[in-house]
Amino acid sequence: MTARNRELFALIPASLLVTAGFTAVFIQREALLSDLSLTYGAIFLALCLAAHLVLRITLPHADPYMFPLVAVLACFGLVMLYRLDEDLARDQAKWFVVGLAFFAATIVALRRDHRVLERYRYSIALVGIVLLLLPRLGSPVNGAYLSFHAGPIAFQPAELAKIAIVIFLASYLRDTRQVLVVGARRFAGITFPPLKHLGPLLAVWGTAMVMLFVIQDLGSSLMFFGGFLALIYVATNRISFVVIGVTLFALGARVLYAVRPTIQHRVDAWLHPFNPDLYNQTVGGSFQIAQSIFSQADGGLFGQGFGQAVIRLGDNPPILPAAHTDFIYAVITDELGLLGAAAVLLVYLLFVERGFKTAMLATDSFSKLLAAGLTAVLALQVFVIVGGVTKLIPLTGVTLPFVSYGGSSIVANFILLALLLLVSDRARREAELR
Amino acid sequence: MNAPILKLFGLVLVLFAALVGMTSWNSVINAKEYRTNRLNARPQIEEQRVHRGLIRARDDSVLARSVQGSDTLYRRRYTPEARLFAHALGYDFLRIGRAGLERSRNAALAGEQNELSSVVDQLRGKRREGDTVVTNLDPRAQRVAREALGSRKGSVVAIEPATGKVRVMVSTPGYDPNALRNQRIFDRLNRDDANAPLLNRATQGGYVPGSTFKVVTATAALDSGTFTPDSTVSGRSPIVISGAPLRNFSDEQFGSITLTTALTHSVNTVWAQVAERLGHERIAEYMKRYGFDSDPPLDYPAGQMLASGVYDRGRLLSPRSRRVDIGRVGIGQERLRVTPLQMATVAATVANGGVRMKPQLTGRIVDADGRTVERIEPERSERVMSASTARQLTEMMSNVVREGTGTAAALQGIEVAGKTGTAELNIARRINQPWFIGFAPRNAPRIAVAVTIQNVVGGQGGVVAAPIAKRVMEELLR
Repeated sequence: MTARNRELFALIPASLLVTAGFTAVFIQREALLSDLSLTYGAIFLALCLAAHLVLRITLPHADPYMFPLVAVLACFGLVMLYRLDEDLARDQAKWFVVGLAFFAATIVALRRDHRVLERYRYSIALVGIVLLLLPRLGSPVNGAYLSFHAGPIAFQPAELAKIAIVIFLASYLRDTRQVLVVGARRFAGITFPPLKHLGPLLAVWGTAMVMLFVIQDLGSSLMFFGGFLALIYVATNRISFVVIGVTLFALGARVLYAVRPTIQHRVDAWLHPFNPDLYNQTVGGSFQIAQSIFSQADGGLFGQGFGQAVIRLGDNPPILPAAHTDFIYAVITDELGLLGAAAVLLVYLLFVERGFKTAMLATDSFSKLLAAGLTAVLALQVFVIVGGVTKLIPLTGVTLPFVSYGGSSIVANFILLALLLLVSDRARREAELR
Repeated sequence: MNAPILKLFGLVLVLFAALVGMTSWNSVINAKEYRTNRLNARPQIEEQRVHRGLIRARDDSVLARSVQGSDTLYRRRYTPEARLFAHALGYDFLRIGRAGLERSRNAALAGEQNELSSVVDQLRGKRREGDTVVTNLDPRAQRVAREALGSRKGSVVAIEPATGKVRVMVSTPGYDPNALRNQRIFDRLNRDDANAPLLNRATQGGYVPGSTFKVVTATAALDSGTFTPDSTVSGRSPIVISGAPLRNFSDEQFGSITLTTALTHSVNTVWAQVAERLGHERIAEYMKRYGFDSDPPLDYPAGQMLASGVYDRGRLLSPRSRRVDIGRVGIGQERLRVTPLQMATVAATVANGGVRMKPQLTGRIVDADGRTVERIEPERSERVMSASTARQLTEMMSNVVREGTGTAAALQGIEVAGKTGTAELNIARRINQPWFIGFAPRNAPRIAVAVTIQNVVGGQGGVVAAPIAKRVMEELLR
């Protein structure tokens, strides 16, 4: 069976899932079965088929599982959002169309050779940094500068910036990885990179620190810096570089903790979520994380079932805040239980596995680093938000890729998917020829 | 570069395992602790997800039902008729909590089950559903009592003597239970100390019983064998009781009269002397048998009931205490504070041949499919007096209605036994607490009542309270 036919078959479970999910929500809500759920399922399937056709024509050899895995996550997110608020789901569906357009455009533009991106690496890096600094023009949300408002559209540039930075690093490290390794000096038992190449790397560290201080968002800087370290590690296979990086980041975070009360609040809320004083604090308290844990406890092993979680009562403020963005994982655990939540994580893990597999199959260094970097950043993003929601690490607001509500997140992650498929198509084509 | 990529994937596996581990900790391993965390409002919300059972009146008319909101949670709604039953029913709202039957019968209304049967139901796809509570309250009699009290502050309680079924429980002023949904209205009603509309005067209101308490004194006098209905005592006024002069109502003078006559005309000086002769111990013993000094055994929340007895600075004082003026206790004065429910129990006990029954608001509990799950059987509390004492007391109390202070309670063709009371709260401003307790028909009593009204200027039990008792009994005996 060809890769594309496998993809087509793999899409069937995704569309069945979306139909079943909508049906469950409908039954729960209306106590009757409406053909609307089938309509939703059909529209979703049609969108998937359109994307599939694009892939069939342009990237016939690309990995057959990545797109269906994303479709599963996306339909999961749609059903979840539909259950929370129909308008949100409709909005999100529109963003899917936009995201798929960007997906197709990226593939069409780069289908000859995605390595043209290397030529523009400094421009791309600049765009990435500008994107990151844009929100500083606006006003902070919960103490962090996360979104940029252009007219009616709130835009979270960090989502796109992460792709720009990975492209830049992959390209930069392709050139310098050899010298980084060869010129390395051992000092006090630790291998340091050569000084003249340390500059650009320190610049990346500096950028992450600046991000920490300027946009005050621990979550995205953790994601970026983590992606950076992953790339350095893959490029050089030197664990000591990672140790140095982690130490430097920890130092920066420690300084930030000392000077920024918002970060201190986050950490306090993480350590003592059920402290009544912190819980009742109106700004920067532990109410959110405590409620997130209560919803997960409510879920148990099997969950309450679709549409059964308590999110809000009447017109009161919601019991679980930001259920459609930051805390959507808590809602999933509440409604589908530990098993459902673990299943979602498993889908991400499968996707990550395909991503790394693509990186391993790729023959040129840039493609390898690009695929590994994009995959690592996505995995880290999942870890940062799910870790925050489950109180494994302090909570910082990033989206759950393909599941959370948010236009920029959807668009950026579809571009990420397009890049991975581009790399995969070339790698697998070459593997077949060999 | 493939080796580090593989190791990186290994790291991702570890990180994701940590996520699954933490999710397990939150949702399964440590979930119980989180579920019972007092900051967690979900258990209360959980109860709002159950279709709470109906509350019905005795004639099966619906008083309380649950309606499902757009958020799939159920909310309590009371029918217009429920206003008549407001205090007995109580309320059930997320913000202000629960009271009344809604609280005392919560387990049935919320459909609480043991673990096993709830699991079985879950497997059968059956949703948890509350049972219906059918009360003993009679809507027509309830309405008659409510209308008879009118705009006055007071209470009427009617009990079936043989079974303890509470047929009427009214407290005025009332309120619309649906209005309590609004926190502001609830707060306002709760703060209104002058009218105290949320107070169930039938079970929580402590009032000076006045002469109705002479029934208790008479029970002690006859049942202990110290007196007979024909024993004579001097009825002159005033006499000195516990070092202070005591007068009859309107300072009326009586010669040497029998206890029957003394009850018929409610002669204070006679009953004070009787009480003094019986002593603290005997009075205290009979009060205890009648259920004074402890919460009534009603199926109603403990926090909404008041024990009747002698109160000193807000605390129950044993009638055995030497600090208690037992002569004045004997005529229902001193620092006695009693609830209408307690006085209705006194009347019902005499009517039931001396056996006190447990008062019960609930008649039966019916499941969602209409099957009776539990029938609340009559329950005997204790024998207060011998059957012959009860017969003698009944005879004496029927004289009160036939020719004494209680003639206004007399029914056409049905003999009524009763006792009036007029507690003088402020003699200078003539503010009284009128009472009537009684039962009918005399020979085979089917209903016992207690009626009281707060702060009536110049009103007497026989004039103000007895006619209300008459109307309620008439309705219930129809």
